Amino acid sequence: MARTWAYFSNYLIYSSMAVYTLSFFAHAIETAWAVRITTEDSKKTLDYKRTEKVARIATAMMILGFLLLVAGVVARGISAGRVPWGNMYEFSITGAMAFSGAYLAALRKYDLRWLGLLVSIAVLLTLGTAVAVLYRPSAPLVPALKSTWLIIHVSAAIISGGVFLLANTIAAAYLYLDAMESRGERTAWAKRLPSLEVLDQLSYRLVAFVFPLWTFAVIAGAIWAESAWGRYWGWDPKETWAFITWVAYAAYLHARVTIGWRGRKAAWLCLFAGSTFLFNYVYVNIWGTGKHTYSGL
Amino acid sequence: MSQEIQIPELGSVGLLRYSWRQLTSMRTALILLLMLGVAAIPGSLIPQRTQNPMKVSEYFKNSPELSRWMDRLSLFDVYGSPWFSAIYILLFISLIGCVLPRTIEHFHAARALPPATPKNLDRMEHHASWTAQGDELDKARVWFKKNRFRILEKEGSISAEKGFSRETGNLLFHLALILVLLGISFSSIFGMRGEAILNVGERFVNTPTSYDSLQYGKLFKENNLSDFSIKIDKFTAKYNVETNAPEDYTLDVTFAQGDLTKISKRVIKVNSPLKVGNTNIYLQANGYSPVVTVRDSKGNVAMQGPVPFLPQDANLRSIGAIKVPDADPQIGFVGSFVPTYARSKDNGAISVFPEALDPRLLLSAWIGDLGLDSGVPQSVYRIDTSKMKQVGLKSLKPGETFIYPQGSITFEGYQQWVNLQIVNDPGKNFALLGGIVAILGLLASLFTRRRRIWIRAGKSIEVAGLAKNAAPGLDIEMQKFVTMLKGEN
Repeated sequence: MARTWAYFSNYLIYSSMAVYTLSFFAHAIETAWAVRITTEDSKKTLDYKRTEKVARIATAMMILGFLLLVAGVVARGISAGRVPWGNMYEFSITGAMAFSGAYLAALRKYDLRWLGLLVSIAVLLTLGTAVAVLYRPSAPLVPALKSTWLIIHVSAAIISGGVFLLANTIAAAYLYLDAMESRGERTAWAKRLPSLEVLDQLSYRLVAFVFPLWTFAVIAGAIWAESAWGRYWGWDPKETWAFITWVAYAAYLHARVTIGWRGRKAAWLCLFAGSTFLFNYVYVNIWGTGKHTYSGL
Repeated sequence: MSQEIQIPELGSVGLLRYSWRQLTSMRTALILLLMLGVAAIPGSLIPQRTQNPMKVSEYFKNSPELSRWMDRLSLFDVYGSPWFSAIYILLFISLIGCVLPRTIEHFHAARALPPATPKNLDRMEHHASWTAQGDELDKARVWFKKNRFRILEKEGSISAEKGFSRETGNLLFHLALILVLLGISFSSIFGMRGEAILNVGERFVNTPTSYDSLQYGKLFKENNLSDFSIKIDKFTAKYNVETNAPEDYTLDVTFAQGDLTKISKRVIKVNSPLKVGNTNIYLQANGYSPVVTVRDSKGNVAMQGPVPFLPQDANLRSIGAIKVPDADPQIGFVGSFVPTYARSKDNGAISVFPEALDPRLLLSAWIGDLGLDSGVPQSVYRIDTSKMKQVGLKSLKPGETFIYPQGSITFEGYQQWVNLQIVNDPGKNFALLGGIVAILGLLASLFTRRRRIWIRAGKSIEVAGLAKNAAPGLDIEMQKFVTMLKGEN
């Protein structure tokens, strides 16, 4: 039975990858058309209807892909009889889910469809790596992971990670567009993207929104470590890098709120903070030593 | 022709004041914060003594000169090093210097009334004016009170302010961080942490000599060790037959407190330590102890009992040393124990499953000087064979005996050992409280908006608003306020 669920989960993940690919193409077509239309003679009335339709298809596909991915993650959990956060394959599919979920949630409030292309590429790459490189058969947890804190600590960390990476993507877009504007005018396709101020504010708000959750993830981890390893803080590489990420984002928030950093400097700091998170995920999980070696690799 | 430049004398008090200002400035705090993050990096890339002493000694073996230099820079003890401590102590002094004055200021400001309505409201944001109907001030007063603004009424105008919990939260967050640090220091001064390896069947009495390793804080008194003993009754490890990964460890113990009148059966698991007051007892590691009997050439027993071996891989292939210093000449066995035996072409004897399904003990016997009296500390799992001579090599099944010229060794069977970690951490609850308050403070400071709203009534009504830190959302609030005043809902 467990095996059937595991296969079922794999099929769902493959299907969601197919749908994300469709979403990726739709986003690409939308961007391409937007370029073509604006380069036409500007005196003509522009017909955005078709572009709009493709954009909607792209978002719809993204939602469908997200739902399939959620189902895939849930099925993986059922197959193992636990939350699906036992090894790096499972962290990756859940992380991709959190990232695209964060994008879709933010989409309800802000016009972020221009970001869809990047999001779908990132999700596809993550899922591709997970399936091709990180895949491990579904198995029960090792004793240290058998705790309610697994659900609390890891879910908080994964959601924070998803939002941090979204903020990072936006900060990167800011820097790219900023460089473009300092050379002159934005090129045609980039004109549809929000103004620099909006991007700047948006990446700040995402970070400010999720920083308390990250703090919580670290503290929940400490409480768990106290009951599993006999100490709540031991400068294990994973803990150290979680601390570095926390410090980097704290510096970012202070720089913005207290000193009043905006724009380029703030975006670079945001990128730096986000990359400490990524480093923690990739490097410490795979090559690092210490107690957080659950990648299964 | 010499030109003397007149420098105003700073004086020692002035210099102190200047340094204090510099240290407690926001810029310095931010730089220190970033430095703390950067300083934490080397400790995650270089092996640390506190976590991985074996790796550190490997470093010393591979490149002694470099390691000595690294050690001088405390690179193997980053988190206890003077430079790391310097950064966080400076940061916390800076934090205290920044937060305490602000707390006092905020305490006064929170009880003060908002400043009077400015003269030219039309220069403010969110300004609106319309012809008065007469009851706007009353309506505004009710609305402000309902929405819990603090108000100051003066000469036909109301000045209202809200959002003090932003600064309250901010200050709480920073004060809570100080509490976390105090909790950590408290533990390191008054706490203790020790480890003991015990074979199943053995009893542990909580006295300093029972520990294999024991560290305690400067002010921890040895007779503060709580008075208990633990007998290891049974250890059960369950493994997954497909992946060989452990699924469950259960340790059954008989726990006796004080004068041995209170005896109870307890279970210790990986995520649920045994709690005795402030002391927690954790199950940290486990392995196998082969049970052996060593006899001399006349058949007299020179040594008998279980010897803990150290696991080397996931299938618990373990290595260890059996030392018989009382034999003449001294004899030692370098051994390896495999719980489920198999042979591989490249590595010789390996274990293919962590449970003891087909155990083997592989021994090489050495005679000579074990070097135990040399004063150099030795690992219990290794033998320095430089002054010894090998006399035999043998693989044993349980019950088998290996006879060599100077005597014999019998592999009687095996037992399991567990590593108990015993921790007294009196500061952890302060640290936890600090953590919780920090999150609450953070939430309050990030999600509260501080803003002022003014209304002045004359022939016409004038309103305006001001959001601190350019926080969004005031436009919507002002719209609601104006609609309410105009009675348009």
